[in-house]
Amino acid sequence: MNTSTIIFYAIAALILGAAILAVTTLKIFRSAIWLLFSLVGIAALYFWMQVEFIAAIQIVVYVGGIVVLIIFSIFLTQQSGKEMDKPANGKMIFSALAALFGTAFTFNLISHYGFNNISAAPFNPSVNEIGMQMLSTTSHGFILPFEVVSMLLLAAMVGCIVIAMKPTEANIVHLNKKED
Amino acid sequence: MNEVPLTHILFVSTALFFIGMYGLFTRRNLITMLMSIELMLNSVNINFVAFNKYLFPDKLDGLFFSLFIITIAAAEAAVAIAIIINLYRSHQSIDVDDATEMKF
Repeated sequence: MNTSTIIFYAIAALILGAAILAVTTLKIFRSAIWLLFSLVGIAALYFWMQVEFIAAIQIVVYVGGIVVLIIFSIFLTQQSGKEMDKPANGKMIFSALAALFGTAFTFNLISHYGFNNISAAPFNPSVNEIGMQMLSTTSHGFILPFEVVSMLLLAAMVGCIVIAMKPTEANIVHLNKKED
Repeated sequence: MNEVPLTHILFVSTALFFIGMYGLFTRRNLITMLMSIELMLNSVNINFVAFNKYLFPDKLDGLFFSLFIITIAAAEAAVAIAIIINLYRSHQSIDVDDATEMKF
């Protein structure tokens, strides 16, 4: 039981505790803040696994982007201090049973599989390596998914603007004219 | 470092996935359901990185998968929130029980 092990279990407890509170608390704003803690814990887990680039991306995209977006949409759509309705007892019990059964089943599978091909080769996830491989056009390069995902982001951006745009009076008149 | 076996990291991500599933089942509010989905996507990312680090450290494919999952999760969250705001404008509520027009 050395320091690294203790740090891992502390991070795991932070992630799971914050996640449980995020899905059970009845105040929606608190739920968003617990989600934030859980995501920070996951970033810490990536740091612990020494994949610093993924950890940085996790903090930038999730903590800096998605949680802020969720908090904005909470402020736009409802009173953040108001408590949500408690879920029905029957639903809560059956969901908890389903989750517990699934967890137990998967724990059982994992603990009996026995990963015995643990490799001791050096792991080099430096930004240099990641960048070279991501933009490489050779057989193990990821240039095609990179380009496809950039098109996806563009499409998502345009789609968001179109969906969330408030139709103005002038726009509606213009659209009606077109239909005539 | 190697004293924590791979299975313990997988236990954490499994528990996180089923916590997200529990939230998705019990919540009736669209924003909190979105948060549960984010938790589930994150648990998958932990798995990819852990498998990459422990089983195939000579390759980087797991890291790329988690990078692409993070990108797509961001796009998904943005589109979902646009839809939620639009739904709020037409129904004055983001509860899934209030949006039943297309329910068969």
